[in-house]
Amino acid sequence: MSNYYIALIPLLPLATFVLLGLFGRKYLSGISGIIGTLSLLASTIISLVTAYNYFFITERVNGVFQPIIALKYTWLQFSANVSIDLGIMLDPISMMMIVVVTFVSLMVHIFSLGYMKGEERFATYYAFLSLFTFSMLGLVLSTNIFQIYMFWELVGVSSFLLIGYYFDKPSAVAASKKAFIVTRFADLGFLIGILILAYNAETLDFGILIERLTDATSPYLINSTASTLLGVSALTWGLVLVFLGGAGKSAMFPFHIWLPDAMEGPTPVSALIHAATMVVAGVFLVARLFPIFAFDVSALTVVTYVGVFSALFAAIIACTQTDIKRVLAYSTMSQIGYMMFSLGISHHGGENGLGYMASMFHLFTHAFFKSLLFLGAGAVIHLVHSNEMKDMGGLRKLMPITHITFLIACLAIAGIPPFAGFFSKEEILMAAFENNKLVYVVAVFTSGLTAFYMFRLYYSIFWSKQSHAHADHGEGTLTMKIPLIILGACALSVGFVPIASLVTSDGAALETHIDYIFSLTPVALAIAGILLATSLYKNENSKPQSIANGLGGFYTAAHKKFYMDELYLFITKNIIFNLIGKAAAWIDKTIVDGFMNLLADVTAEISNLIKGLQSGKLQHYAVYFFVGMIGFMLLFIYLWI
Amino acid sequence: MNEIGLTQVLIVSTILFFIGVYGFLTRRNMITMLMSIELILNSININFVAFNKYLYADKLDGTFFTIFIITIAAAEASVAIAIIIHLYRNLKSIDVDDADMMKF
Amino acid sequence: MAVTARKIFRSAIYLLFSLIGIAALYFWMNVEFIAAVQIVVYVGGIVVLIIFSIFLTHDSSADMKKPNLISALFSAFAVSFACALVVLFITNHTFIPSSNAVIEPSVKNIGRQMLSTTEHGFMLPFEVVSMLLLAAMIGSIVIALKTKPKV
Repeated sequence: MSNYYIALIPLLPLATFVLLGLFGRKYLSGISGIIGTLSLLASTIISLVTAYNYFFITERVNGVFQPIIALKYTWLQFSANVSIDLGIMLDPISMMMIVVVTFVSLMVHIFSLGYMKGEERFATYYAFLSLFTFSMLGLVLSTNIFQIYMFWELVGVSSFLLIGYYFDKPSAVAASKKAFIVTRFADLGFLIGILILAYNAETLDFGILIERLTDATSPYLINSTASTLLGVSALTWGLVLVFLGGAGKSAMFPFHIWLPDAMEGPTPVSALIHAATMVVAGVFLVARLFPIFAFDVSALTVVTYVGVFSALFAAIIACTQTDIKRVLAYSTMSQIGYMMFSLGISHHGGENGLGYMASMFHLFTHAFFKSLLFLGAGAVIHLVHSNEMKDMGGLRKLMPITHITFLIACLAIAGIPPFAGFFSKEEILMAAFENNKLVYVVAVFTSGLTAFYMFRLYYSIFWSKQSHAHADHGEGTLTMKIPLIILGACALSVGFVPIASLVTSDGAALETHIDYIFSLTPVALAIAGILLATSLYKNENSKPQSIANGLGGFYTAAHKKFYMDELYLFITKNIIFNLIGKAAAWIDKTIVDGFMNLLADVTAEISNLIKGLQSGKLQHYAVYFFVGMIGFMLLFIYLWI
Repeated sequence: MNEIGLTQVLIVSTILFFIGVYGFLTRRNMITMLMSIELILNSININFVAFNKYLYADKLDGTFFTIFIITIAAAEASVAIAIIIHLYRNLKSIDVDDADMMKF
Repeated sequence: MAVTARKIFRSAIYLLFSLIGIAALYFWMNVEFIAAVQIVVYVGGIVVLIIFSIFLTHDSSADMKKPNLISALFSAFAVSFACALVVLFITNHTFIPSSNAVIEPSVKNIGRQMLSTTEHGFMLPFEVVSMLLLAAMIGSIVIALKTKPKV
């Protein structure tokens, strides 16, 4: 079949971005939402068709899915071997990702029709959403590591534009700057990692890169492991630096500081970007380069411990936050930590690749229930006009559909069967148990905490005290309810999708079974967490406050997000600004500017001196003429004859 | 006649020329500058006549040139005097250093 | 001395004497016509003109200002250097006289040549110089004219 229609998947949103960006505000603002949604609907349908074709119709070779390069176009040729290509790669994880990205984006588009109604810059919002969708699709379909870097940066830009959408709020502007700067700083590491890997393997193409750096006999691998810096091989440096870039985008510790502040953007944006798609880009990157990571155990260890620490760290902070979007943000960070460490403890190939498959499965299910949570929160915020838990409560009567879907999502994330989260979490915990017991213990404890804080959130919004929110406009328009219902259905059902046979570390199908005895522990912990939350939060009482007082300093530190922001501010202000910034400014002002001024002054002085020759006095001119004449005379007579 | 010789006459005219040039470069008064110019022109005339007499005795070109130069010098002197008088009316002085309005 | 005299009138008189000396030189070189023209035009015309203008513009009894010492020294040096150079050339050069028939620079020959249009004729320059004299005359009148204030 002709593969060109696959290029439509990212290109349709791009076309929408250009159309709405140029003409939306003036001519099309009424229908821009419809245009955006329709083009994305087309894109979703094409991606579903493509994925279906790939997974079920295209022949597997030896039972293994083959990566298909659908389109390839050489853009910049650096040397005979190294070039930047632009292409579209079809491979199990990219197919899964395009389904997730387009579907969630479509839900967000539909939801925003109702949520953002009445906004003056309605068309701009849809333009930015389309730009983001285009960048994310380009990112997952990349064939070349530089192409992924380009789309990486594009995604960062779209995120910047969308977080700072309400640009007249200084907190939103500050948040968008923070997001961009932190991710950009991490991307510096990413770029250096790319350069190291490309230098060692002399290629930028993913397929060839993986092939060269995983074959134990290849000269590239031997070269890259042989050259070391500070006792760590070049290959490890490259991989760790690339992972740093991924960590920045995925809000892993210590680059997580931008994610809670990014909640300043509109809530559907948070659902799309910061729950389901952009923040998993880091996980996707590690998965894409996974064969190389699997080869280098030290890099993989870094991935594991960063992931597991972020999961625990975020879960603790989430228990203390009162802004519902912040709770969801930390929850995202925690779940992504799960995906990261699951990749970290995995090996490549066959049964040992369980962690990889579990991570991808969790990515898939997480997208659905997290975006559902965010959209539900958006509906609540739309009603109550506030983000704080204390302004909510008892809303279950006012917003029935939101209530039910939110409850489904909470059960899913807590890992209660038969909701989606149960299946993916099981696989992760099983992989952890088989490979690294410490990680398993922390993961199980964190899943208990997850259940606890999610239900704390649920009860605070929908039960607890009697709400004093007046239903001035009902639960929300139809366009806001439909995505909630659809996503709710997905959260119930996607657990049953046989991802294990489709997306695995080496392409071959993996047999998985649910070990019911094994899953007893986490489910029991989850139910315990739910019961604890029920007793503390279902009805308003003073038990939470007394527990908080009992925990004292630890509680305060967790509430203040463990002072990470203050630490960063201290470092930048005192160390970077004073030491580096001031010195650089001094050099610029005194030396560089001074040199320029010196040049200008010297020129002016010389011209002043020369100016004196034009004295206006006739006799001076006559003298110059006469002396010049003598000079020429001497010149011609003695030198030319 | 030829014991004096061409070279000697030329040396005389050269010295006259350079005296005129020195006067032109040094004098402060415009009219004395004009006088130095007349000296220069006269030295040129001597040159022409000398060359004509000693080297090219079959032609009269040197004589004619001399006539023309005298004529032109007269014309030029009259115009120069006119300019000096005009300048004197504006500046009230004929010091050449006071006429430096064409400077930067 | 014409160029170094302090009093301007004396400088003019020195110039007069120089011009007469040059006329004598012409006489000695047997070009009497030129000598006569020199005396009539230069001495009788131009020097008189200069003296008139001195009277018109200057307090002729006062001393003139001394020239700037540095520029005087510098120009003296330059001039003597150049003079020495040129004298050097002249003495080292051999002049070759032409061997054709000598023509007497008598008034008759001069007149005939000046007004002939054939070879060696100086008709054209003669006419041009006449135009020039006319132009110079008109020019000097115009330049030196005192514009009357409009009533």
